[in-house]
Amino acid sequence: MTELHLLKQTIHFVEPLPLQSGTSIENYDLVVETYGQLNAKASNAILICHALNASHHVAGVNPDDPSDIGWWDNMVGPNKPIDTNRFFVIGVNNLGSCFGSTGPMSINPKTNLPYGASFPVLTVEDWVNAQVRLADRLGIKQFAAVMGGSLGGMQAMSWATQYPERIAHCVVIASTPKLSAQNIAFNEVARNAILSDPDFHGGDYYKHGVVPKSGLRLARMVGHITYLSDDDMAEKFGRDLQRAAGAPDEYRFSFDVEFAVESYLRHQGDKFSGYFDANTYLLITRALDYFDPAKRFGGDLSQALSPAQAHFLVVSFSTDWRFSPDRSREIVKALLDNKANVSYAEIDAPHGHDAFLLDDARYHKLVRAYFEKVAEDRCN
Amino acid sequence: MQLRADFDAIANWVTPSSSLLDLGCGDGSFLEFIRIKRHVKTYGVEIMDASVLACVKKGLNVIQQDLEGGLALFEDQSFDTVVLSQTLQTIHQTERILREVVRVGKQCVVSFPNFGHWSHRYAVALGRMPVSKSLPYEWFNTPNVRVLTIADFEALAHKLGIDIMGRVVLHEGKVVQWVPNLLGSLAIYRVRGTQ
Repeated sequence: MTELHLLKQTIHFVEPLPLQSGTSIENYDLVVETYGQLNAKASNAILICHALNASHHVAGVNPDDPSDIGWWDNMVGPNKPIDTNRFFVIGVNNLGSCFGSTGPMSINPKTNLPYGASFPVLTVEDWVNAQVRLADRLGIKQFAAVMGGSLGGMQAMSWATQYPERIAHCVVIASTPKLSAQNIAFNEVARNAILSDPDFHGGDYYKHGVVPKSGLRLARMVGHITYLSDDDMAEKFGRDLQRAAGAPDEYRFSFDVEFAVESYLRHQGDKFSGYFDANTYLLITRALDYFDPAKRFGGDLSQALSPAQAHFLVVSFSTDWRFSPDRSREIVKALLDNKANVSYAEIDAPHGHDAFLLDDARYHKLVRAYFEKVAEDRCN
Repeated sequence: MQLRADFDAIANWVTPSSSLLDLGCGDGSFLEFIRIKRHVKTYGVEIMDASVLACVKKGLNVIQQDLEGGLALFEDQSFDTVVLSQTLQTIHQTERILREVVRVGKQCVVSFPNFGHWSHRYAVALGRMPVSKSLPYEWFNTPNVRVLTIADFEALAHKLGIDIMGRVVLHEGKVVQWVPNLLGSLAIYRVRGTQ
């Protein structure tokens, strides 16, 4: 069987969702893609949580755009490490994002105008609360696993503590229990690029018929640097000059693109600012900043993770300096303090933070092995 | 599957339904054995990718890390038993790991191949480094970086204030009672810290 059984749907929620900020949001949509089939006991469901710039489109080919392959297609699919022949996999676009779920671009039913700046600030915990309602709607009492990389890993961790009885396995990849000052600093530079763009209009740029494209482009360029390792950049670009074939390999003494790495960053920035919403970028980077489950326990992460009952798999990558292996070890230590079931792997990979999205034999073998054990328990 | 001779000896010191940490757990054979035999909650620590993968395939808890870096992930006296099985001789930071083991474990099991076995002494007397069942490597490819005998270990334990509570010496799976440092090829100690 090699059928992915991709099904895309938009699910509407009427009832207000209380948010951590004290406000709430009602009448919102979540866009969902599912792969594989839910078994009779509804025990084989896996929720995949996305990171900053991804969406519900985890695997396979976008039915509306054949060039759009799912962001974790190398991980999820028939006979992939997360085998959709056995598991029912759910990708959900989070609230506040810009791929169809209700976000700042959406029309506020109360005003018939885009939410824009009035869209509430959300947290990782809020997303998880929204995902729980989705699980209820889909008839899933307990997930076989909740899994995510980076910000997605934070959501998986939150599931394990907010709804401990509703998740059997928690897979946290290239993540962290909280952002460091340096992480927040990079986010702040990115946000500032957007906020200071004259086309931002205090977040209500939609009604002016513009988008703060140059700010978003710069935000993405900064962000992108943190996803790659120094070695990876050296390998990919080195100090190569951006020159047409046969053109002299000499400096041009200008501020146009000189180096290959500049061309690459500009290309990434252009591409991203063409499809992503600036308000969503602000919102999601802020959710990253705010995530700190230990905060209300005086910084004690062990106490924060103590309600967790799930089995954990924690994975980090050796050259990830954004969320380094040390940050994953903090999670592992807190789990060990609670004698939670946990395995931890540190993958020696050259690709920095982005490694969690890439094809790496050791990484994928490990995840595959882990989910084969999950399948033994859950896929009958 | 051929179980290692020391498994049964170690199992005798492990209380049912306790917690156990195996440092340098390899493919998890011992953890799988003890988990079934004594119903203990187990964790392994391992550095090799292939071994970590083997443990995950068995459904075991395994933490990938280098033991040379110490045991910062583990709180004082947080495990009923810590096992360092035939791993001590592969670690450069010998004193550090022994201090760490007794810090983390309420009791600890430390086993190692005895370089004092007569066959090893004989090989050295003939001018060659020993290659045997318990030391199956050539000098140029051995993972063993520390060469020790039963007498050496006991002297170091004394120096570090480590209390020896029990000892079993084996050769070819059989218990050796008489002149163990000469006739035993594998030493297994039950120890604890005295602080």
